[in-house]
Amino acid sequence: MTTPGKPLPVPTVVTAPYWEGCRRGELRLQRCTACGALQLPPQRHCRRCLGDALAWQPAAGTGRITSWTVVRHPVSTAFAAHVPYIVAIVALDEGPTMMAGIRDCTPDAMHVGLRVEVLFEERSDAIALPYFRPANHA
Amino acid sequence: MSLRGVAAIVGVGDTPVGKLPGWTPTELCVEAARLALADAALDKSAIDGLVTCDSMVEPHMYHAEMIAQTMQIRPRWCMTLSAGGATNLAAVHHAAAAIATGQCTTVLISAADTLRTGLSPERAQAQMTSTGDPDFEAPYGLPVPGSYALIARAHMHAFGTTEEQFARVAVTTRAHAALNPAAEKRTPITVGDVLASRLIADPLHLLDCSLVSDGGAAVVVGGADRARDRPNPPVYLLGAGEGRSHEHVSRAPSLVESAARESGRRAFDMARLGPADVDFAELYDCFTPVVLIELEDLGFCPKGEAGRFVEDGHTALGGSLPTNTHGGLLSHAHPGNPGSMFGLTEAVRQLRRTAGRRQVPDAQIGLVHGQGGILSSHCTLILGREAPRP
Repeated sequence: MTTPGKPLPVPTVVTAPYWEGCRRGELRLQRCTACGALQLPPQRHCRRCLGDALAWQPAAGTGRITSWTVVRHPVSTAFAAHVPYIVAIVALDEGPTMMAGIRDCTPDAMHVGLRVEVLFEERSDAIALPYFRPANHA
Repeated sequence: MSLRGVAAIVGVGDTPVGKLPGWTPTELCVEAARLALADAALDKSAIDGLVTCDSMVEPHMYHAEMIAQTMQIRPRWCMTLSAGGATNLAAVHHAAAAIATGQCTTVLISAADTLRTGLSPERAQAQMTSTGDPDFEAPYGLPVPGSYALIARAHMHAFGTTEEQFARVAVTTRAHAALNPAAEKRTPITVGDVLASRLIADPLHLLDCSLVSDGGAAVVVGGADRARDRPNPPVYLLGAGEGRSHEHVSRAPSLVESAARESGRRAFDMARLGPADVDFAELYDCFTPVVLIELEDLGFCPKGEAGRFVEDGHTALGGSLPTNTHGGLLSHAHPGNPGSMFGLTEAVRQLRRTAGRRQVPDAQIGLVHGQGGILSSHCTLILGREAPRP
């Protein structure tokens, strides 16, 4: 039996600046230069107006938890060593929402509304993944 | 033009469910079709429309054409449809439109898969991993139950819904399955049993999750004008509606409110009926919290109150809205995307009043709802025992 590895994002022409930001420790948002909408994940077109001129801006890297779960039964053998692990939806202070893993927090301390801040975990030479932890983490 | 009353379901067929070693998805799909044709007393030559749903275990580039080939039929209107758990109900909607516009007269809709015995552990893992956005979700290792756990947690936070209320959905559904000889899980369970079953993804326990099954089912849809020529009482399509809002859970506009609001409203508007007219419902119950969101979004109770609605016994046989009378995906069977077909064939049996010990007395109007993805894709059908008055 071959063991599948953890899925690794594959940067595209459009998403490469996002992943480059993550590698440098900066969470970036796309801003539509036509309508001003902010969006994540990055894509070629603005989801609101379908404009194709999108710029990058740094996010504050802070937000709050809108929902969360503790995965007890891993999605694949690649994650088996990590159970239980927390995965959440984070609403960034700028508005966009994203999925992320949670670090430095026990399930007991998790709650909807919890303030969190971004950190980055290296998955490969090219990819650092955004995770979040409780804000003002000592 | 409205599709209200233009089409009727004239034949249904369910294969056995559970573990079916030795059966391929294609064989089960054709078996379901054969049973539905026999129920309609139609020869396969009557079929001029075909809709199927691709198999996860045995995917085909041209699935419906492959089924046509296997059955040696030549449909003039044919499609493989993909809307997850909404697929089979959307197929009925599309079939009614095709019949109403003269594109075909008699549509076979058949779906089956062998998720229980047909997927190797490697492929099951690959399948589970592939459901989230590959770049922005999958790297975090969230399995499908985890996505629904996010939905459950959000509902608890917004409305004070409890794990006990989720559990009540599983308990009520199991009680119905106990009355269905075809169901996989027939031993009654308690709220305590659900809460004592192992946590899969907080707050969801094993018994909050649907089964993984082999099996399939099929229906034959024909024009309402000739539906009474068939030996079994026709079941009329009174209303159909669909709604979609997103694919991936991290981009859901809301975790507690779904496009079932839109699909339900569209179906009720077409049927010129409302939630109070419905005698029973077959809702998509891949995970217990989904039933609560559907009850609310379809208008059976106010937003946030479905936990209490279920706790008060409304969804049990004998209650105001018996729900998932066959045992649902939670206790009857869940072969993946074909799963919603069993809610549909159950609704037909209820309206024919051949549902045996689980029969809803005097059933006139039934609602069937399917959803696919993570509350992504929705279709609602309203079915009736009588042809609607013009």
